Amino acid sequence: MEKRVTFGKWTIGILFAVPQLILIFTFFYWPAGQAVYWSLTLQQPWGGGNIWVGLDNFRSILANADYWNSITASLTFAAISTGLAMVIALVLATLTDRQLAGSRLYRVVLIWPYGIAAPALALAFRFILAPEAGFMAAVNKFWPGFWDPGLNGADAMASVIVAFSWKYVGYNFIFFLAALQAIPRSLIEAAAMDGSGVIRRFWDIQFPLITPTIFFLLVINITESFQDSFGIVDIMTAGGPANATNLMVYKIYSDGFRGLDYSGAAAQSIILMLLIILLTIVQFRFIERRVHYR
Amino acid sequence: MVERTPILNFFTHVILFAGFVFCVAPFVIVAIAASHNLKDVNDVPMSLLPGSDFWVNIKTAWTTADLGPKLFNSFVMAAGVAAGKVIISALTAFSIVYFRYPGRMLIFWLIFVTLMLPLEVRIVPTYAVVANVLSPYQAIMDVTGISWLIEKISGVQVSLSLGLLNSYTGLIMPLIATATGTFLYRQFFLTVPDELTEAARMDGAGALRFFVDILLPLSRNNMAALGTIMFLWAWNQYVWPLLITTDQSHATAVTELKQLIPNVGGAPEWHIAMAGTLIVMLPPLIVVVLMQRWFVRGLIATEK
Repeated sequence: MEKRVTFGKWTIGILFAVPQLILIFTFFYWPAGQAVYWSLTLQQPWGGGNIWVGLDNFRSILANADYWNSITASLTFAAISTGLAMVIALVLATLTDRQLAGSRLYRVVLIWPYGIAAPALALAFRFILAPEAGFMAAVNKFWPGFWDPGLNGADAMASVIVAFSWKYVGYNFIFFLAALQAIPRSLIEAAAMDGSGVIRRFWDIQFPLITPTIFFLLVINITESFQDSFGIVDIMTAGGPANATNLMVYKIYSDGFRGLDYSGAAAQSIILMLLIILLTIVQFRFIERRVHYR
Repeated sequence: MVERTPILNFFTHVILFAGFVFCVAPFVIVAIAASHNLKDVNDVPMSLLPGSDFWVNIKTAWTTADLGPKLFNSFVMAAGVAAGKVIISALTAFSIVYFRYPGRMLIFWLIFVTLMLPLEVRIVPTYAVVANVLSPYQAIMDVTGISWLIEKISGVQVSLSLGLLNSYTGLIMPLIATATGTFLYRQFFLTVPDELTEAARMDGAGALRFFVDILLPLSRNNMAALGTIMFLWAWNQYVWPLLITTDQSHATAVTELKQLIPNVGGAPEWHIAMAGTLIVMLPPLIVVVLMQRWFVRGLIATEK
């Protein structure tokens, strides 16, 4: 879409865009280019020289079992937490959309978790899920050794997933509810006249009509699971136990700033960037076909 | 409601109430745990009746993590990012929508691409840039030979250096350098009727006049929505402040939470940790509750 009426002096026009361009050049394009350059060289952590090594950094990362472990952990985390957060949110939004008494209250309260900082909710869940105090402790008392995220990798992964899903249920809920409310009431009423029940109406009318939203949320949830998980992992598990929750962004941070391996961290950044771009393309190509757009 | 479905209605209420509990319980548990003393908070199972030490714990958490100045830092950062976004995105969107110049689509795409790559995946090189924010320009001048030329002519060796670590500017600037707000404004500007622009031009208003006196007042709703979203987003940032504030004086409230994790050796002071969590959670929660309308609107609009 284009404007028909515009202003003539385009030199002034460019001036309006200059602040943004300077910012994204300095803090986006330059660092992104730098990451590509670093991934192809061996950087000295304290500055000074660097040696061109071609794709060696990538080779050594891809030969590293720890790195593959991190990729597996990230994908597991992304799949389960996205699934949980979206299914719970869809159920709650569909039921809220039935507009029974009290639905206004749910509309207000269910989005609160999304406002909370990931590290803050991580600390809250660290307490709630702590094996020696809090609520899982009660389960442990009854069934000793059942739950210990400090030692058991699967338990640690489960804690991180719960914390992340809790936040994103609220986010998905807002979008699902907005999509459901955009469906014309008359469609639902006509179907009801024809004798279809609530569940039938959901699968045959509401679900197909909100597929664009589902698709959109799928992309956003997976990308967010790569980024927003950092604070949760850092506070709850610090990547442990035994790297069970060492997700990709966390590994970039710890290799780059604790291990001072700038080249390795840059190469990992590039791979993560490619992974995010690839995911977006795959989702567009394969999922979009089955999506109904109005 | 279309028909009578008493059984389904019953289950609807049950499930929605379960969802409600799922969302609210963590807040309640944090608040209750924050009111216990050291012994009670570590009881298994912890008593759900509030204890009496709420204010004592809040005070201890406040002083342990030095939350006063940290909350102030968080506030400056969040307000700075929100204000910066609201202003800079409006300027850019105005330029893209209301002018025709060569390279306009290039600028559009340059900005659009920034949506693809969040700060988290490029933290290491961004950190290097912020350590000396003029280093990109130095490098360009070195490569193009400008610095050599300047040195020849004036005899001064060019060495640009401006470190932004441990400063509000360093905290705020990289967080503004994304495209989020620009598209919100663009969508809105495209819906503003052309007749308005024509009328303004006929009355002799130039671009700047039109922007300040007509377009900005019309965008008030968008500004509120974008400001709310960006304030919360910035307040909740973690990796970036953690990295660039090596010195305690510029740390934010969210990064300070790490100081409150009970250490493994000693008595687990969960009551203090939860009191601190509550303090850090509260400001964004208040913003969400008070600005709900703008928050929801901004969320839905910025992501499209």
